[in-house]
Amino acid sequence: MEKELLFITVIGQDRKGIVAKISDYLFKNDINIEDISQKIIGNYFVMMMLVDIGESDKAINEVRSSLEEIGKDLGMQIQLQHENIFKMMHRV
Amino acid sequence: MTLSVEEIFETASMILHQNLDIRTTTLGINLKDCIHSDFRVFTDKVYNKIHDNAVKLIHEALKLEHKYGIPIVNKRVSITPISLIMETHAEPDKFIEMAKTLDRAARDAGIDFIGGFGASVQKGMTRSDKVLIDTLPDVFSATERICSFLNVGTNVAGMNMDAVNLLGGMLKKTALKTKDAIGCAKFVVFVNAPEDNPFMAGAYHGVGEGDMSLNIGISGPGVVRSVVDKNRECDLTQLSEIIKRTVFKVTRGGELVGRELAKNLDVQFGIVDISLAPTTTKGDSVAGIIEAFGIESIGAHGTTLAVALLMDAVKKGGAMASGNVGGLSGTFIPVSEDRNMIDAVKRGSLSLDKLEGLSAVCSVGLDMFAVPGDTPEETINAIIADELAIGIINNKTTAVRMIPVPGMKAGESVDYGGLLGEAPIMEVNRFSSKAFLKRGGRLPAPVTSMRN
Repeated sequence: MEKELLFITVIGQDRKGIVAKISDYLFKNDINIEDISQKIIGNYFVMMMLVDIGESDKAINEVRSSLEEIGKDLGMQIQLQHENIFKMMHRV
Repeated sequence: MTLSVEEIFETASMILHQNLDIRTTTLGINLKDCIHSDFRVFTDKVYNKIHDNAVKLIHEALKLEHKYGIPIVNKRVSITPISLIMETHAEPDKFIEMAKTLDRAARDAGIDFIGGFGASVQKGMTRSDKVLIDTLPDVFSATERICSFLNVGTNVAGMNMDAVNLLGGMLKKTALKTKDAIGCAKFVVFVNAPEDNPFMAGAYHGVGEGDMSLNIGISGPGVVRSVVDKNRECDLTQLSEIIKRTVFKVTRGGELVGRELAKNLDVQFGIVDISLAPTTTKGDSVAGIIEAFGIESIGAHGTTLAVALLMDAVKKGGAMASGNVGGLSGTFIPVSEDRNMIDAVKRGSLSLDKLEGLSAVCSVGLDMFAVPGDTPEETINAIIADELAIGIINNKTTAVRMIPVPGMKAGESVDYGGLLGEAPIMEVNRFSSKAFLKRGGRLPAPVTSMRN
């Protein structure tokens, strides 16, 4: 199965259970975490995950809606975007 | 290749907090192959070609919105200039019937505007062109989604003043026939009109284009404003540099979406229009960028310099990012569609004269501004001609989209809501140029050497 890599960006205030909740959802839906990193930028807690949804039977828009729901529960903003947009914007 | 958290955060914030979006994806559709001697067959072919392709556009655009998490705000269609394909059916009733067909095709497909109900008349007018101009007030009152353009001049042809002289009357009739003169917001008169402009109301699919092409307009005044806000103390060279870098990133995002959308639709990818286009959403203002530079209120002395700097930086960033930059690629300063522009007119810092001055250094001219309903026809023609002369002499596109609002005086305001915003009525010069304009004829094409 060919890899399909997307970035999940989580922005908000740091709290317990962020990684747990998101990775639980990813695991249950056959989505592999390729890379994960987090940082405080300005007043924001920012976490990014690079995930492969190539083996999942979920479509991108389904994953997005589920992550947005999780984001609402956590009080965080969650974005899901294909890696190509970052490659285009940040690399010449 | 690894990306840092900062880079990921920057892109996510542009979308989440700074209103970055793909402002428009416009599918240009050639309608020449629909021409038929039987008018019923002709309109059926037009309906089907537009409807079927527009439905595909919306479907594919939605998929990319999900994939890249970037909103694609408008999905629209532009067509071959209508006057051209109506040459053998040049009767007022048929023009209205065709307009209704296009309107229905757009509505049924879920498209909010369809552009190209216009003509190029820079050297002269055919019978079809004249019927078109005469019929426009009725077209705007009978339809919702039709946008029209007229190209009345080019660098090589000069400017057709006989055509310009028809416009004041046409606009005043349109103003009376449509609620709050809204029909006038759907008509743009150009010189040097680009054939691949994706932005309404002036979009059309030029005769030099292929069967179909996908053009996109990106927009991020909020993104540029945000980096300007973070760099309050830097000098003008640095300011230009940070804007350039930001526009580069935004344009690359647009290019990616445009290319992929064209590929998925199996049509030619046309151009990326890098114009900064405002909306009335808070923070999504071009005038707001100028004010963040340190201009107290747009229109103050220094504004022309500020707009020139912004425009040049936007072009440099965009040109580096994409080999397909085209369309208008200027900085839009429509009055009614930009919150800070509206406020500037209301507080008296921005006049029509200054607005005209600004258009010498940025596209696209006098856009979405309202004038008193009793402004004489000749004065409307003269405002148009002044603005377009700037384009002819400076080798650039300029345009006018003007709304004479019946019964309203300078200082009053008309609120359209939504995309079209709120238009404060601007004061016009009360002296007449009637005797000059009635000479008609053609402004000769300008000399292209001796550039001072």
